[in-house]
Amino acid sequence: MKPKILVLTCTYCSYAGADIAGVSKIQYPPSAYIVRLICSGREEALFALEALREGFDGVLFTGCHIPYDCHFISGNFKARARVALLKKLLSQLGIEDSRVRLEWISASEGDKFAKVVFEFTRELEEMGSLPKFRKISELGVEEHD
Amino acid sequence: MPRVGVYVCHCGKNIAGVLDVKRIVREVAKEEDVVVCKDYPFMCSSEGQRLIAEDIRRHNLDRIVVAACSPRTHEPIFQEALKRAGLSPFFLEMANIRDQCSWVHEHEKELATDKAIRLVKAAVAKARLLEEIRVEKISVKQSVLVIGGGVAGITAALDVAKAGFKVYLVEKNSSIGGHMAQLDKTFPTLDCSICILGPLMVEVATHPNITLLTYSEVIEVEGYVGNFKVKILKKARKVDETKCTGCLLCMEKCPTRVPSEFDRGLGERKSIYVPFPQAVPRVPVIDTEHCLYFTKGVCRLCEKICPVKAINYEQEDEIIEIEVGAIIVATGYEEYDPRKVPEYGYGMFTEVITGLQLERLASSFGPTRGKILVPGKNKEPQRVAILACTGSRDEKNLPYCCRVGCMNALKHAWYIKHSIPGATIYVIAPDVRSFGKGYEEFYRRIRSEGVILIKGRASEVHRSPEGCLGVYVYDPSLDEVLVLKVDLVVLEMGLVPNPASEKIRDVLKLSKSTDGFFLEVHPKLRPVETSIEGVFICGCAQSPKDIPDTVAQASSAAMKAVELLAKGYVESVPYVVSVDEETCSGCGICVSVCEFNAIEIVEKNDRRVAKVNTALCKGCGSCAAACPSGAIEQAHFTREQVLAMIKALAR
Repeated sequence: MKPKILVLTCTYCSYAGADIAGVSKIQYPPSAYIVRLICSGREEALFALEALREGFDGVLFTGCHIPYDCHFISGNFKARARVALLKKLLSQLGIEDSRVRLEWISASEGDKFAKVVFEFTRELEEMGSLPKFRKISELGVEEHD
Repeated sequence: MPRVGVYVCHCGKNIAGVLDVKRIVREVAKEEDVVVCKDYPFMCSSEGQRLIAEDIRRHNLDRIVVAACSPRTHEPIFQEALKRAGLSPFFLEMANIRDQCSWVHEHEKELATDKAIRLVKAAVAKARLLEEIRVEKISVKQSVLVIGGGVAGITAALDVAKAGFKVYLVEKNSSIGGHMAQLDKTFPTLDCSICILGPLMVEVATHPNITLLTYSEVIEVEGYVGNFKVKILKKARKVDETKCTGCLLCMEKCPTRVPSEFDRGLGERKSIYVPFPQAVPRVPVIDTEHCLYFTKGVCRLCEKICPVKAINYEQEDEIIEIEVGAIIVATGYEEYDPRKVPEYGYGMFTEVITGLQLERLASSFGPTRGKILVPGKNKEPQRVAILACTGSRDEKNLPYCCRVGCMNALKHAWYIKHSIPGATIYVIAPDVRSFGKGYEEFYRRIRSEGVILIKGRASEVHRSPEGCLGVYVYDPSLDEVLVLKVDLVVLEMGLVPNPASEKIRDVLKLSKSTDGFFLEVHPKLRPVETSIEGVFICGCAQSPKDIPDTVAQASSAAMKAVELLAKGYVESVPYVVSVDEETCSGCGICVSVCEFNAIEIVEKNDRRVAKVNTALCKGCGSCAAACPSGAIEQAHFTREQVLAMIKALAR
């Protein structure tokens, strides 16, 4: 089993880039799953944390190239700041911060989309799968108010 | 409880050739709230759409999932189908099992089917949570901005104007005409270029619906489809357009001489000038970098000679603000820099020129009055090598075909043959692509007139010991390297986007293809539309093309703009955000992340809460992601919906 990747895309650049990979029949592992949002500015840290908890091995944040490609002016910068903070949070939680990755993919870069999925898959393979998270309630530890 | 209908498209073999469609249907049918789950060969066909409408009525469906191609191309089609069946178009969710599944995992059919099942289940999970969205009709400004005054911009402007709408045509140079005005003749008919373009230029200047803004640049665009606010910088000409009669006495008397950009550096112009005699408007501009008055504070001859006192050294740049419903981008091309192909000696030997430079030499209003003379030698060339495909179709330079180089090479061979009948002409081309109407016939004609065609690419241009140039070329039919002794080398340069288009790209936030030209939404279905609604592209701004294709595409872009204006309204952005005032803490982080000033903090019942102005909200969802209390939701992309999808994909 290949490591499972959640790919968060914006509509205007990276989702279109993934479509172009399809139109050009550029192959990549079927273990990458795309969820489309309108803008990379909408790519929430919570989505990545939930994905990792639910069993994804890595989360790929994608958006339009910096500095000027974002159709909503600066969604890509917001995604960049958010991913940087998320990486810090992950290391504090004892999770490899490289399980979260950020890439700029334009609407014409189908080849880049595929290349990034391959690279990330290989990296995650080296890391091995993420241990299953359990909720505190499942651990039998009493919660304090 | 929602009642979900799921439709899995075969897309012929595109999907069904890789994915086990029946297995998808079996698995998805088990999902909660799925009432109907079917597959069909072509969902987008009239029969496929009818199937959905029929089921909506028969089974009382209120949420529809279509598992097919990309929502980028087909979502509007299925949304319409829902509308026709009386269901809100926002109760549709698509699963992209073609572009992002079957096409990219062709060799892993089992795994790809597993993935498709998860994708469809995720779409079902989201569909169950979809909510109604209200959109408003917003009126469309009844005017169009055309950027670029070449033949593409001219055609688009005239078409829109003739349809009865107001047009603003903005050109950065002092005259419209673009590259076509520089050409002597056009292939394959050998029409005089300025004779067919000139009347159109005059029509632009005189049409009551067109406001022509030359020597101007678009510097800022705000707003959205139907309602763009545009700022245009009208640079100071230093000549009053309302007074100038175009007598050009000033130009005659000006004592300075500057290399002419219009003549591609082969001729000279004055510091106060019109770039060419047929310029529109026929109002000169002062080049303040070279004018003696602006550089040294002396002269003022033009001011003295002007009979109508039109010269105004104090004239300043102006900012013009307009509002338009649509924008057509026609920024055109530039020749690829010949210095980037150094083996052909451009810039080193004066006898090496580009195709556009030859056009100026051949032109009756060019630097040599139409006599083809070797630059620097002032002699007619007796032997000429024309190198097609310079920089084009070359991994080191431009990987793509310029689409005009072959035909230009043949046309240029004709120019020389026609004005110097005894000349020996070699056309060196990897192959001659004469694909258009009348092109192959033109190719045969040129061959029959004694032009020597060599299949291949020249490797180098040298100074030969005899003083002329030596062109090295391998001829595969002879299996020999030939050294052609010539007096003139013409480089048919590849085409690149006009450098000024990069600025326009930033202003409009347009995407570009890997070759650098503006990216269309779909190369076949929507070739003049861009990812920015209401912004259209045409001509060489979109990709290299010849004049017939440019004109056809310009008319197409004009039609798209007219379609938008004639309809009269656009629908408001559906995916706007809303605030749950109960959970909002009034921290204002959302205000700081919003680029569109759509959120403000207001006092309500003694509490500070965020308030969204949906007319300004563009629906990016940045605030929803940034809100620390999770009080902001984006319609159609709610936290609950996205998390439901992630959960379904993780299963």
